[in-house]
Amino acid sequence: MPHSLDLGELGFDRGAGVLLAREARRANAGDELLLRGRAAELGVHLSAWARERGHSLRVEHDGWRLVFGAAVGARRAGAARAGSPEPHGVAERADARWGLAARGSLVEAGVAPVAFRLDSAESLWFADAAEFYRAAAAAQWDPSSAIPWDAPLEHPDDVEEALVTVLTYLIENETAALIVPARFAAEVHPHYREIQQILALQAAEEARHIEVFSRRASLRRGELGLSTVGGQASLRTLIDEPDFARAALLLSVLGEGTFLQLLAFLREHAPDPCTAEILRRVSADEARHVAFAMAHLGEHVRRDPTLIARLESAIEQRHDALRATAGLNEEVFDALVLLAAGSYEPAAIAEGHERVQELVAQMDAGRRMRLRKLGFDSERAHALSSLHTRNFM
Amino acid sequence: MSHSIVLGAVAYDPKVVTIWDGFQRFFAEHDLRFDYVLYTNYERQVEQHFAGAFDVAWNSPLAWIEAERVARARGRKATAIAMRDTDCDLTSVLAVRGDSPLRTLADLRGKVVGVGASDSPQATLIPLEHLAQGGLVAGRDFEVRRFDVLVGKHGDHVGGERLAAQALVRGEVDVACMIDGNHLAFSKDGSLPRGSARILAQTGPYDHCNFTVLDGADAASIARFRELLLGMRYDDPKVRPLMDLEGLKEWRPGRTSGYALLEQACQRTDWLAPFLRHMGAA
Repeated sequence: MPHSLDLGELGFDRGAGVLLAREARRANAGDELLLRGRAAELGVHLSAWARERGHSLRVEHDGWRLVFGAAVGARRAGAARAGSPEPHGVAERADARWGLAARGSLVEAGVAPVAFRLDSAESLWFADAAEFYRAAAAAQWDPSSAIPWDAPLEHPDDVEEALVTVLTYLIENETAALIVPARFAAEVHPHYREIQQILALQAAEEARHIEVFSRRASLRRGELGLSTVGGQASLRTLIDEPDFARAALLLSVLGEGTFLQLLAFLREHAPDPCTAEILRRVSADEARHVAFAMAHLGEHVRRDPTLIARLESAIEQRHDALRATAGLNEEVFDALVLLAAGSYEPAAIAEGHERVQELVAQMDAGRRMRLRKLGFDSERAHALSSLHTRNFM
Repeated sequence: MSHSIVLGAVAYDPKVVTIWDGFQRFFAEHDLRFDYVLYTNYERQVEQHFAGAFDVAWNSPLAWIEAERVARARGRKATAIAMRDTDCDLTSVLAVRGDSPLRTLADLRGKVVGVGASDSPQATLIPLEHLAQGGLVAGRDFEVRRFDVLVGKHGDHVGGERLAAQALVRGEVDVACMIDGNHLAFSKDGSLPRGSARILAQTGPYDHCNFTVLDGADAASIARFRELLLGMRYDDPKVRPLMDLEGLKEWRPGRTSGYALLEQACQRTDWLAPFLRHMGAA
C-alpha cells in the first residue's frame, strides 16, 4: 500500500517542498507516494519539482502518484561519519575527506579533501580540552564596561611616560601572542574543534589586550614608545616556530609564564586604578593560556617521552638564534624601575631597581618551576630557564 | 586511447567551463579523449558544426531545430543521441498578478505580455505559440514586452524570465511567461511573493536540450561517448557534482518527439528564415 500525504492548502510558496523532502529522505527508489492538495499551483510545481529530482509524477483522479527515482538517497550512499560527536571519542587521525564537516556529521562521498597540517590526536589532543574551552569562554570580558576608563590619573608625567613605554612593549608582545595561536587555529583539523576553539579564544583575548593597552597608552599622551630591533627579533622566533608543541612551550609556558610575574609586578606598581584593573584582567587571561599549555604539554610528555628532547632543543635553538641580539629594550627596563620607584628621587630609584631585580629572579623561579612540572630535572630546568630570551616573552 | 570527441557548447555562464572541464576528466578516466569548443551563440555553433569544427553539439531545442532543418536542406542527417532527464516534458506557464481580473486567454486582448529573450523557446517562442493557438496574435491582439537578456543563448540564462516576473509584480506587464521550473523557483525564493501571482495558462509539454551529431561523425567514438554518458550514475560520488552542475539525475537516449510545439512556433513566425538563408538552406 503506497504511503500517502495530504498537503491541504500548502503550496511550494509556503513550504510544501519541506514535507516532500522529508518523504524523499525516507523513501527508496521505486517507492510510491500518493499526494493530495488544494494549493492553486500545486500540479505545475509538483511536476517541476519531481522532474528536477529525477522522480516521476502521474496525475490521478484525486491527486498525484509520485514514484521516487533512482537518485533518492544517493547523497547518503557511501557517505562516511566524521567520527563521534563527543570529545572523548575523537579519532586518532582526522580524515582530510571530512573537510570542514562538523565532528560526528555524515559526510557525502566526493568531498574534496582539505589538507590540515595538524590532523592527529597524538600531536594535538588532550583529555581536558573541552573543559579548558568552557572555562575560557565563560571568562570573556567587555573592555568598555570592565575597565574604569574615567578613573583619575594623578601621577607625574615621568611615571606616565614610563607606563607608556612599558605598554608599547606589551602591545608588541601581545601581537606575537595573537599571531601564533591564530595561525595554528587555521592549521588544526576541525575534528579537534576544542583545540581550535581554545586557540581562537586565545587570539581574541590577545586582540582585546592589544585594544586595552593601546587605549590606556593614549589616555594622556599622543605618542607611543620605542620598538627595538632586538625585541622584534625575539618575537619573530616565536612566530616562525612551526611545531605546535615547541611553539606552546616557547610562547605560553616560558613567554606568557614569564609575563605572569611581569603583569603582577606592573599591577602592584600601577599608578592608577584604570591600569591596575587592565592588568588584573589581562593576568587572568594569560594565566589560562599558561595553564592550557602546561596541561597540554604535560599530557603529551607523559605519552611521548621523546618530546622532552624536542622541547629542550627548541629552547636552545631560540637562544642560539637570539645570541647576537640586544635582549630587553633598555628603555623598558628603566621604565619598570621608575614605575616601581614612583619618582626619579635617587633613593626611590634604588628601591625600584631592587624590585626589578627581584622580579627577574621571580621570573626565573617561575620558569624553572614550570619546566620541572613538565618533566625536566632541576638541573636542566635551571639551565634552560637561563637560556630564555632576555626580552621576557 | 583510440576514441576522441570534440564538443561544441555555448558559454551562457562561467560554470560552463567547470562543467566541461569536469567531463573532460571523467572521459579521460574512461579512455575517451575529449575536448570542447565554446561559442557565444547557438547560431555560430550550428554553423560551425556543419563546417566540421567539432563532432557533437550540446544544442538548445531551437539550435536542434536549426541544425535539423539545415541538415535536411543539405541532404544530411542530424541525430539527437542523448539528453538529460530534466530535458523531457517541460512546460511553460503564463502568470498574471494574484489580484488580476484576467481569467482566460481571451481576456488578454489589449494587454501587455512580458516574455524573456527573443530567442528563448521556453520564455518567448512556445508561450507566444500557445497564445497563437488560442487565437491571439502578438502585436495585433496584445502587446509583447521583451526582456531580451543575452540574445543568441536561446534563453539558457534565467535573467529574462526573472525580469519578466519582477515586471509582473511591479504592474509593468499583465502577464509574465516562464518555464514551470522557474515559476517554482521564483515562488520559493520570493521573486514572486506569495499571492502576488497566479498561473493563468500552461503550455503543452516540450523537450529541451540534446547532444546532436551529424552524419559522417566517427561512429565508434560517438557510440563510446554516448555509452559513457548513459552509464553515469548519480550515486557515483565522482560524477555527482558534474550532474548537479548540469542539472540532471540521469542521461537518457535522445528523442525528437518533444520539439513539435517549438517547430510550430518557428513555422508560424517564420523565425528560422534569416538563419536558414544565411546557411543557404532556405
